[in-house]
Amino acid sequence: MNNFAYAKATDVNQASAQLNGSTQNKIVAGGTNINDLLKYFVTQADKLVDINPIIDNHTITQLDNGGVRLGALVTNADTAYHPIIERDYPLLSKAILAGASAQIRNMATNGGNLNQRTRCYYFYDVNTPCNKREPGSGCSAIKGYNRIHAILGQSESCIAVFPSDMCVALAALGATVNITGPDGDRILAFADYHRLPGDTPHIDNNLKHGEIITGIDLPAKGFEKNYSYLKLRDRASYSFALVSVAIGFDLDGTIISEARIALGGVAHKPWRVSEAEDFLKRKKATRENFAAAADIILQGAVGYEHNNFKIPLAKRAIIRNCMMALNPESQRPGAQPSL
Amino acid sequence: MTKLPSIGQPVSRLEGRQKVTGSAKYAGEYNVSDLLYGYVVNSTITKGKITAIDTSAVKALKGVEAIFTHENRPSTAWFDLQYADMDAPPGTVFKPLHDNKIKFNGQPIALVVAQDFETARYAATLIKFEYEEEAFITGLVTNLDKAHEPKKGLATMLKPPPPPPVGDFEKAYSCAPVKVAAQYTHATEHHNPLEMYASTVVYEGKGKLTIYDKTQGTINSQLFVANVFGLHYKDVRVLSPFVGGGFGSGLRPQYQLFMAVMASLELKHNVRVTLDRSQMFTFGHRPQTVQNLRFAADAEGNVTAMNHSGIGETSSYEDYAEILTSWSHMLYPAKNTLFEYDLVSLDLPTPIDMRAPGGVSGMHAIECMMDELAYELKMDPLELRLKNYSETDPSTGKPYTSKALKQCYLEAAEKFGWDKRNPQPGSMQRGNKLVGYGMATGIWDAYQFPARVQVILTKEGKLILHNATTDIGTGTMTVMTQVAADEIGLPLEDITFDYGDSKKPFSMFQGGSAITSSTGVAIVAVVKELKKKIIKKAKGIKGSPFSDIKDEDIIFKDGAIALRSNPELALSFKDIMTLIKETELKAKKMAGPDVLKLKNYSKATHSASFVEVEVDKELGTITVTRAVTAVAAGRIINPKTARSQVLGSMIWGISKALHEETILDENLGKYMNANLGEYHIPVHADIHDLDVIFADEKDELINELGIKGVGEIGLVAIPAAIANAIYHATGKRINSLPIHFDALL
Repeated sequence: MNNFAYAKATDVNQASAQLNGSTQNKIVAGGTNINDLLKYFVTQADKLVDINPIIDNHTITQLDNGGVRLGALVTNADTAYHPIIERDYPLLSKAILAGASAQIRNMATNGGNLNQRTRCYYFYDVNTPCNKREPGSGCSAIKGYNRIHAILGQSESCIAVFPSDMCVALAALGATVNITGPDGDRILAFADYHRLPGDTPHIDNNLKHGEIITGIDLPAKGFEKNYSYLKLRDRASYSFALVSVAIGFDLDGTIISEARIALGGVAHKPWRVSEAEDFLKRKKATRENFAAAADIILQGAVGYEHNNFKIPLAKRAIIRNCMMALNPESQRPGAQPSL
Repeated sequence: MTKLPSIGQPVSRLEGRQKVTGSAKYAGEYNVSDLLYGYVVNSTITKGKITAIDTSAVKALKGVEAIFTHENRPSTAWFDLQYADMDAPPGTVFKPLHDNKIKFNGQPIALVVAQDFETARYAATLIKFEYEEEAFITGLVTNLDKAHEPKKGLATMLKPPPPPPVGDFEKAYSCAPVKVAAQYTHATEHHNPLEMYASTVVYEGKGKLTIYDKTQGTINSQLFVANVFGLHYKDVRVLSPFVGGGFGSGLRPQYQLFMAVMASLELKHNVRVTLDRSQMFTFGHRPQTVQNLRFAADAEGNVTAMNHSGIGETSSYEDYAEILTSWSHMLYPAKNTLFEYDLVSLDLPTPIDMRAPGGVSGMHAIECMMDELAYELKMDPLELRLKNYSETDPSTGKPYTSKALKQCYLEAAEKFGWDKRNPQPGSMQRGNKLVGYGMATGIWDAYQFPARVQVILTKEGKLILHNATTDIGTGTMTVMTQVAADEIGLPLEDITFDYGDSKKPFSMFQGGSAITSSTGVAIVAVVKELKKKIIKKAKGIKGSPFSDIKDEDIIFKDGAIALRSNPELALSFKDIMTLIKETELKAKKMAGPDVLKLKNYSKATHSASFVEVEVDKELGTITVTRAVTAVAAGRIINPKTARSQVLGSMIWGISKALHEETILDENLGKYMNANLGEYHIPVHADIHDLDVIFADEKDELINELGIKGVGEIGLVAIPAAIANAIYHATGKRINSLPIHFDALL
């Protein structure tokens, strides 16, 4: 880790101002990812701006439109166990609790969750080529050990995946991201927050330097009756998803009136395909229809030497999790498969 | 006060409180004064030469005391032999900072010494190395054509090559009515003890050093330091009272010891060098292996022919060997055998023994092959083992000193409920989960090394025992105290087992599940010697009631000697010591295996594991829902610490079968998951119902205590049992470990 300056910000304007001056001025909140990045020399910081003192962003509040605002600095654990979230957005709660470890969730913040970086092995090893870490140096993963890598939306320059569980649920719920910065406030739809790698894999998302996430808004609809989060991985806890699926259904008897399906562990961002959700609208909640929706979602999927399995696995995971969402009480701790 | 006999009682670790309260100090925690901190720099290329070193950025840094590289290192021993520790395989031992050659990625190439750890670590990142890179090979499977016969050397004594062929395998195999063949591959594993390697070197002046070292062998480290740095061995004291796990990685001195001693002698200063987690992946590991097996049987299920050919990985400079392919003939009496073992030299560090080295990898292949054979024969897998059960060792024709494997099979099978198994793969289901039952056999050697113990009876009538062994977390200190307690007739509270110190009488390194028998037998021998002295002294006391009593009519009980026929007539140790006016009574004795007697026998520990798995029908996810392991390891000194050993082994078995692998990128020639986030070992949620049974095995031949050791045997049968259970659940044979669930899609 290189030496860096440390500053505290007590409001968002101050934070924004502190970030000025160098693109290597970085925000620290929970520190559960950036500390690793600094230790591994993946990220160099001139200054760390500690935004924990910003009081406004530490709460979860019910909004007038029936939705809920998650303060950016509320921890993942406090969010997952918040009575409103448990009651109205259990999909989000389950997804958060499927991620990381209890200790990490106690530190990690909601804003930080959106801004965490990939866990691609090559990205973390500064002695290997990696376009995300060092643009133009090449991608070691494409011909390397790519078991954990992307099958959708990847590019020739990067096949990394975005590692969050929480964000898969936020994508499914259709959350919005509240941002403030030198040019004022703006709101991004969740789908527009994270980017695909293209030929600029070093840019993970559309947050500009100097901007800060103040909160995440959940719409009124929480799919609390029919939802499920499924996470498939190499051990039962404390490992990233090879494939994860977040599902929310509105059901009218056996007919789907609205469907939300988002995938994690397969792309550079949570993967949501509106055509598949539209396909399920006004259809019967059957395996066959779920399979057809899965095919739509996975159109164009491409695997590599070690992750080809993700394509059939994702299809099966989607179908299974749709079935689980019909019986949400069947869900098991750690988002393990059930039924 | 504890009751005697102590042997057989589930005594909790005597040092447990120290460990859980943090007062137990580990090698990197001794806060001696004026300590300097070293941090090791590791090569970022896999093979080649260092062509230039630029340290200019470091020199400007405040707090940096010294930088050592091959260019300025002090002169050390010239001959390989002097670097060769007690566990060095044949070859040319790796000498840190010796020259500019790079032999593996992560090779230690410099040491930065600074006034604090953080400065040293930071400075280490500022040194710039220029390299001339050379082509390298690191993958085993892709380089099998380069296999060679392992070199022979001293280590070959403990790890002999496979026995010569018996009968005519090829002929027997080709004519056999029932035969199976398969290839098995294993990924690399790293030991990853929780405590990372560290050495705190106290510079005592005049070429004298006291070293707190993380090691499994204090004397091994002591002799290594003395030999390499030209010191008198009496001037080097290595202490290692607490070791936070070793699993074999501490059988050889690791490079932090060399670095810390070098810096201490050169700077005439106290120096500590601690490795970090990623550096824990820059030395020994369990090697990749590829094994080809062919087994045949007659129509009745008698195994007639066994071929086991294994290829392991070694470094470019040493030939590390394991006993990989010799095990099947210690179990099954085939008349035709062909066993081979070769090595491929790769540009990686030399592997080092990891818990049940060779055994767990070889037995995985053997016991999966036996399972296939059982299916081919349409025979129950357990029945096949019983059909081919041999009371003697078929590979030598000698009887075993004891072999309670049959009890292991039967007791574990009953506890598990093996009789409820429908043999048809995929026939047992629970909801949408396929349920599989699998079983396998385990076998491991029963080693005993020579050991010397000194015993002191104090004037308070208490006992102190001295021996150089470590306690790598296995409970050694506790069980040694129990052995001594029963022999002398004192409660545990009155006995101190003083260990983990090279100054104390000889012990081999703690490996091979051998220390309980090695040191235990020496304790019995030396305490017997002491007892003779006590009797002699007691008889010499003026007016002693024992003066005319024969030695064999005197017993030791409750801290006293007493008359066998009338135990009321007793004289306490304390009173004896007061009456003879001596401050202590001492005895010292070396003991070892009875080689002459044992050469007529084979010796081994055995186990049987039964495992249930659930496999999700569509998704392939695997859960080991329960496992039962029965172990036959002679007499169990402490059923609590022994059970912990077997439980830990079983979890490791689950880990090896399903989780654990160091990911090697052959393009880059390096490991890619050198951290505990991505190097997967099971978490609590992966571990369910585990059951341990100790078979009643009386062994009056193996040694005086009837001990065989339990450190490794619990691991051996688990991976095959899991793989066999997965086959039973799914009908799929996955022969490559670890088994990823997607292999079942």
